[in-house]
Amino acid sequence: MEVDRTSHELRPMTCELGHLSRSDGSATLTQGDTTVITSMYGPGDVRISKEIIDKATVEVTYRPKIGLPKCSDKLKERLIRNTCETVILSGLHPRTGIDIILQEMQNSGSFLSCCINSACLALLDASIPLKYLIAAVTCCISDKGEITLDPDLKQEKKSVAILTFVFDSKDFNVVTVSTSGSFSNEQFQSCLMACREASKHVITFYRESMLKKLSKSV
Amino acid sequence: MANDLKTFQPKEYYRKFLEKDVRPDGRELGECRSTVVNIGSITTAEGSALVKLGNTTVICGIKAELANPKADEPKNGYIVPNVELSPMCSAQFRPGAPGEQAQVLSQFVVDVLQNSECVNLQDLCIVSGKLVWMLQCDMICLDYDGNVADACVLSLVSALKNTCLPKVTVNEETQAIETDDKITNNLKVQTTPVSTTFAIFDDHFVIVDPTIEEETLATGIITIVTKEKKLCMVHKPGGTPLKDSQIQLCIDRAIERSGQATKLIDETQCSLDR
Repeated sequence: MEVDRTSHELRPMTCELGHLSRSDGSATLTQGDTTVITSMYGPGDVRISKEIIDKATVEVTYRPKIGLPKCSDKLKERLIRNTCETVILSGLHPRTGIDIILQEMQNSGSFLSCCINSACLALLDASIPLKYLIAAVTCCISDKGEITLDPDLKQEKKSVAILTFVFDSKDFNVVTVSTSGSFSNEQFQSCLMACREASKHVITFYRESMLKKLSKSV
Repeated sequence: MANDLKTFQPKEYYRKFLEKDVRPDGRELGECRSTVVNIGSITTAEGSALVKLGNTTVICGIKAELANPKADEPKNGYIVPNVELSPMCSAQFRPGAPGEQAQVLSQFVVDVLQNSECVNLQDLCIVSGKLVWMLQCDMICLDYDGNVADACVLSLVSALKNTCLPKVTVNEETQAIETDDKITNNLKVQTTPVSTTFAIFDDHFVIVDPTIEEETLATGIITIVTKEKKLCMVHKPGGTPLKDSQIQLCIDRAIERSGQATKLIDETQCSLDR
């Protein structure tokens, strides 16, 4: 799968929208070999205890490939939920619930960004009103200080730090950051710049996918 | 009158203050609450520390246990941080199994420890492949008044610096484990990670060290963990999109805060030794 790819290119992305018949929106996103299926329901019923009077309750469930969700998955779940809460115009649907379910199919690196992108595609597929789109890009810093965008598992293992950024499609400001490993301020800035450039490709990919989906149904 | 406004229109109330570059509790936007560190507060634990950030109080106790290492990492010991949010600290928590917030905080502390390489896990090895130390780090929140993540990290690092492990030898012939409580070794703490949390209010006010009211009203939170001058974690789970300049401001402030906090821990540590 791994063809010649310079360090400033994303891996090839493919997606399938609306392939689950029972959910309101669904998407399978493959970035390189990393695959995530997202399905979403809503705005629909919400448990009374979780009901919010002036906006919709957003809930995210993440299922790993093997076993039950662990403690570390909770942090990921919270991160994805907060990110989705930011983009959904939840004030339009008070006292309802929006459920997003993510299922890991294959983790070959840059997993968090694949999760967030696939959640965004599912929201698009379900036609949930959004403030803007979000594009997530992961990059890693090698021990020599080189930055690789959208790393696979092998590159992630060799790196000293992995950074994931999520940008909005309006001004390309930073919605979410999640990092592991240590790095300097300059390295952080250059990763931010590189990821911001790459996020524009993700937004273009969303546009193309939606075009394809809409032209098919006519 | 002021109280009515606070109850019915808390956002408006805060906005009135923030426009004048001050917060309702008298702090400036970039000012932390007074920080108190008490090291070695629990004498029965191997290491402990109590941290107060304004009203927020977290106590951390470290108990050391002997354990078998994992087969694939025969030289590595374990550090198991656990954050407990009991109903004592706030009415928003219920007794029983740890809730989402507690699990998220525990995982956050685990990530900070891993990223900062604060303790070399190989220092916890006694006999390779057979016996290692397992440090159970329990952080209990006593008062939940916002910014518990920073308090947890501060208390854990202070407690780790205070940890003394007894000398343990394994008798070659009988395989019996002998503990000598008289000879103790201080745990080597390589770096001092310091976490600083900022709340974003109304999309453009960035305030440091938020209280619980500020956290609930905030439109976004960003946490930056630094060790000395390097960054070891930037965590922003959603919320208002930030401009680069705002993130840079947060990083600069976090590095500044890191210096102050490190000094505070070291000073407290020194006064304890004397």
